[in-house]
Amino acid sequence: MEVPILKQGDYLIASIQSALTDADLTLLRISLGERVGRFRSKGVIVDVTALDVMDSFAVRTLRDLAHTTWLRGAETVIVGIQPDVAFAMVQLGLTLKGVATALDLEEGLDFLDRQLKGRVGRRG
Amino acid sequence: MAETTLVVIASDVDVVTARQAGRELAAQVGFSPGDQTVIAAAISEIARNILMYARRGEVELRIAVEADRSGVIIVASDQGPGIPDIEHYMQDGVSTSGGLGLGLGGSKRLVDDFHVDTSASGTKITMKKWRRRV
Repeated sequence: MEVPILKQGDYLIASIQSALTDADLTLLRISLGERVGRFRSKGVIVDVTALDVMDSFAVRTLRDLAHTTWLRGAETVIVGIQPDVAFAMVQLGLTLKGVATALDLEEGLDFLDRQLKGRVGRRG
Repeated sequence: MAETTLVVIASDVDVVTARQAGRELAAQVGFSPGDQTVIAAAISEIARNILMYARRGEVELRIAVEADRSGVIIVASDQGPGIPDIEHYMQDGVSTSGGLGLGLGGSKRLVDDFHVDTSASGTKITMKKWRRRV
């Protein structure tokens, strides 16, 4: 199932609705990389609240996704990792090191707002 | 007696089906949601290995009941080329695909019992996870 991607101002919000296959995840990574350019987005939020498992492939794809969008000039934040999913990731030794995370969509938006303010400040 | 669920693994959709079936079985046995997630992730890893190395195979899931404990048994089998130098790949962190998966050692860490039977005519991985009686 394709993940819907909403454009909201300078941000793109990808809201995962159900379990994803490897192909769905790969498609999400590619679509976001492309849309960051098309919409000149500054930030990306990937909401994984609906994911009940994150295995090595999912974690690696999210890491790649964040790095790809960063190279394209946008910050990515992963939001909504469920407590049990986080626990299982720790057990599996899977990390999202270097990737920003936030509790939920609201916190993710706050994070991006702060990051972008910082950017403008550095430039000015 | 114990029911068995068989999931044929031939595409990435089947990997999702297998791990969801595993989670349901783990819930039936009474595993905590955290452990259900760990079991689902372990199934996901070995099912993906089937796709990567053998293209197709199957994952069999069943409940195991013993006098003082219960748990799930997961058997992943394929008729692929087998795993050469199995001792090497069983080390934690060693992966043939250059870090694509957790490696066999990583999956082993998730369960109580992990057994690999591999030859040039196929591979069979058996994993058992027991629920601790509190």
